[in-house]
Amino acid sequence: MLDQTEGYTTADGRKIGGVVMEMKNITLRFGGVVAIKDISFDIREGEIRAIIGPNGAGKSSMLNVISGFYNPQEGEVWYRGSKRPPMKPYQVAQQGIARTFQNIALFEGMTVLDNVMTGRLTKMDANVFRQAIWKGRAEKEEVENREKAERVIDFLEIQHIRKTPVSRLPYGLKKRVELARALVSEPSLLLLDEPMAGMNVEEKEDMSRFILDVNDEFGTTIALIEHDMGVVMDLSDRVVVMDYGKKIGDGTPDEVRNNQDVIDAYLGVAHD
Amino acid sequence: MSIPALLERNAKQFGDAPAYREKEFGIWQTWTWAEAEKEIEALALGLINLGVKEGDFVAIIGRNRPYLYWSMVAAQSVGAVPVPLYQDAVAEEMAYVLGHCGARFVIVGDQEQVDKVIEIQDQLHQFEHMIYLDPRGLRKYDHSHLHQFSHVQDQGRAARDEFLPELKKRREKLGYDDQCVMLYTSGTTGKPKGVVLSNRNVIETAKSSSEFDRLRREDDILAYLPMAWVGDFIFSVGQAYWTGFCVNCPESEGTMMTDLREIGPTYYFAPPRVFETQLTNVMIRMEDAGRFKKWLFDTFMAHARKVGPSILDGKPVSGMDRFKYWLGNIFVYGPLKNTLGFSRVRVGYTAGEAIGPEIFDFYRSLGINLKQLYGQTEATVFITAQPDGEVRSDTVGVPSPNVELKIAENGEVFYRSPGVFVEYYKNPESTADTKDPEGWVATGDAGFIEPDTGHLRIIDRAKDVGQMADGSLFAPKYVENKLKFFPNILEAVLFGNGRDECVAFINIDLTAVGNWAERNNIAYSSYQELAGHPQVMATIQSHVEEVNRSVAEDEMLSGCQVHRFVVLHKELDADDGELTRTRKVRRRIIEEKYADIIAALYDGSKEVSTRTEVTYEDGRKGYISATLEIRDAAVSSVPAKMAAE
Repeated sequence: MLDQTEGYTTADGRKIGGVVMEMKNITLRFGGVVAIKDISFDIREGEIRAIIGPNGAGKSSMLNVISGFYNPQEGEVWYRGSKRPPMKPYQVAQQGIARTFQNIALFEGMTVLDNVMTGRLTKMDANVFRQAIWKGRAEKEEVENREKAERVIDFLEIQHIRKTPVSRLPYGLKKRVELARALVSEPSLLLLDEPMAGMNVEEKEDMSRFILDVNDEFGTTIALIEHDMGVVMDLSDRVVVMDYGKKIGDGTPDEVRNNQDVIDAYLGVAHD
Repeated sequence: MSIPALLERNAKQFGDAPAYREKEFGIWQTWTWAEAEKEIEALALGLINLGVKEGDFVAIIGRNRPYLYWSMVAAQSVGAVPVPLYQDAVAEEMAYVLGHCGARFVIVGDQEQVDKVIEIQDQLHQFEHMIYLDPRGLRKYDHSHLHQFSHVQDQGRAARDEFLPELKKRREKLGYDDQCVMLYTSGTTGKPKGVVLSNRNVIETAKSSSEFDRLRREDDILAYLPMAWVGDFIFSVGQAYWTGFCVNCPESEGTMMTDLREIGPTYYFAPPRVFETQLTNVMIRMEDAGRFKKWLFDTFMAHARKVGPSILDGKPVSGMDRFKYWLGNIFVYGPLKNTLGFSRVRVGYTAGEAIGPEIFDFYRSLGINLKQLYGQTEATVFITAQPDGEVRSDTVGVPSPNVELKIAENGEVFYRSPGVFVEYYKNPESTADTKDPEGWVATGDAGFIEPDTGHLRIIDRAKDVGQMADGSLFAPKYVENKLKFFPNILEAVLFGNGRDECVAFINIDLTAVGNWAERNNIAYSSYQELAGHPQVMATIQSHVEEVNRSVAEDEMLSGCQVHRFVVLHKELDADDGELTRTRKVRRRIIEEKYADIIAALYDGSKEVSTRTEVTYEDGRKGYISATLEIRDAAVSSVPAKMAAE
């Protein structure tokens, strides 16, 4: 039933694999408000998949459905070949899905390193008593986790703020720390909620490079929401376009760019 | 003798001693001399495997990392000549150097450098292979001419039996007068020149300078200055291999200060700018400190200024003063030195530019043995240096061991030493212009030797020294340095050669002035706005007038007082060609580029509108427009002193 077969090859020669996650006829309602209406699309192994749309299109709701934070009233979420039952967010995290938030959700009083280390929590086995005694397994785990954290810190070039409390950092760096925390859990699917929001051109360029590098280096599948069209078109392999909770386009950036419905949604036409 | 021979000696005599450290993944990683020798050998074998021939030039571009230092020595081991380049140079600048030396091989740090070389490779006819350290982002690149550093080493190790005899043969052939390294001068005028240094130049200089400062195997240095700069080559390769001390590389550019504190080098070098910035940061933080702490700091620092330098020089100081200094060391100096990373500094040097006397005295009064030296690439650094106990802020010291000095009639300083360079590569005319048949080299600097102490004092670049319209001496650097000693002034450029009076461009220091603005609730949205703020202008004016008063006291140079000045709307920048990569002012370029502002400074107008091209870090260009206010500064009457007498 699930298409695990052939993938495709991108313009720059990357091999994209089979379907990792499939959304089938998802409808999400908040009381009388329909946030998402009968949307279906898939995310394939190793690709950068973008969800775009004007304000209020339902992008964040969609991401929250993927991350298991919302349970849709109708439709099915298939993940790696099996239908996903309603889940708690931590169970989703244990399945290898990590995310960042549109409004940064870091522990402001903690250092960058400590924040990044919290990303390893789902991978820790030692219980609280072992941790208190520290010797043995807890110590070994901590060393392993610290190494993972340091590799990510190195990768995202935030060594200079390793010991700085997050509250003292500028916005652009906080975004990067959030990405680090998501990455350190070694996700197989990474969800980014507006990773470029509120950034200047230089910060956007840096962030784009990091996203591409993450995908390239770790082979991480990435789904991202963004409303900066330029960034999305450069970054992503395939794009889902939403407007008023409906899917109005799906395809490569070029296909989407030439789609009349998408142009209308962005440039604005009278809705009847 | 050669650098590879010294490596062999070190690995044999003290193979377990640390040779290199680098902080990676938050932990200091160490390589002993024996390990370093193995790494270098593997790379050298890999280079032979790739086809590096004797006499080839191997360009090296990247930040200070052990791997790149190994690359230099590995290149030497196979009979090639390493050519380190400034990593922040833009692609065209690299194209010139790489084309000039005809490098067949380039070893680089990361994707940024790979991209730059790929961008210009069509202009480089001899270029064949590139080796990179950090594979990040390079997976998709065409690897027909691109190799990962560790793979080259692996291939070298695999082919050890095959190539080892060849490597040994090449290494044994290295002679004392063979080329050791080629370093391109930053070039305040014209194109960079490739200075060829022999093993003799480097090793003799390293030997005598190490003895001069009694450097030891246990010493630690932090390698953070550009690898293309001769100083870094002498400290981190020459002296390190001669004495066997440990070279520590920071984790990244941004962590330099933290790494400095963690390593606590015993032998430290920094240009005046670094000391200035550190002092500014200390002062800014003290402004924010509580009243008691501030009182403690001020009281003990005043005492340190009084007796600190004397204690450091071993001069007699009363018991009471010593006791107070000892107390101060517990409460202020010790913790402060620790914060700055200077707790263990035994020998510290500053050079390249004049250092402000207050800044110099500040560090010395804390008990840090900071000294000055004077040198240049052509001399393999050392021309003069200050011996312990004879340290002053206004001289550059006595001739280094085995260096002879003479002053020409026009005031230009000449020297002769075992460190004198072999030649400028492919440029016999310039070589002949600079070095005469007897081996005397022109420094291009004007100066004089103090009769009673034998110390050399430098006035200015010889070619910048000129005459005012009335015939009096024009020495721009002298005045600019006085201006730059104010923390609020980052850069100053003086004009007036052949004119009646002098005028100046001034750059504010954004850290110092920005902090002042914050403290005084002055809102600003850009550098430009802050630079033009009336209160900032008034402060700068008072600084200029203070400098005028001090310049007026010097009879010879009293004509150089600043009559009018302007605070520039942008920082002078190496990317715009206004400064060299070592941050020296390029007068001619600035004069051309800002001709409209200079004209306005001389025609008496009150303000000037201008539009300036700027280059962003990624090479794109843009324009900024501004209307600049021109201010008059009060000038002290010239013969003030004589009239009083």
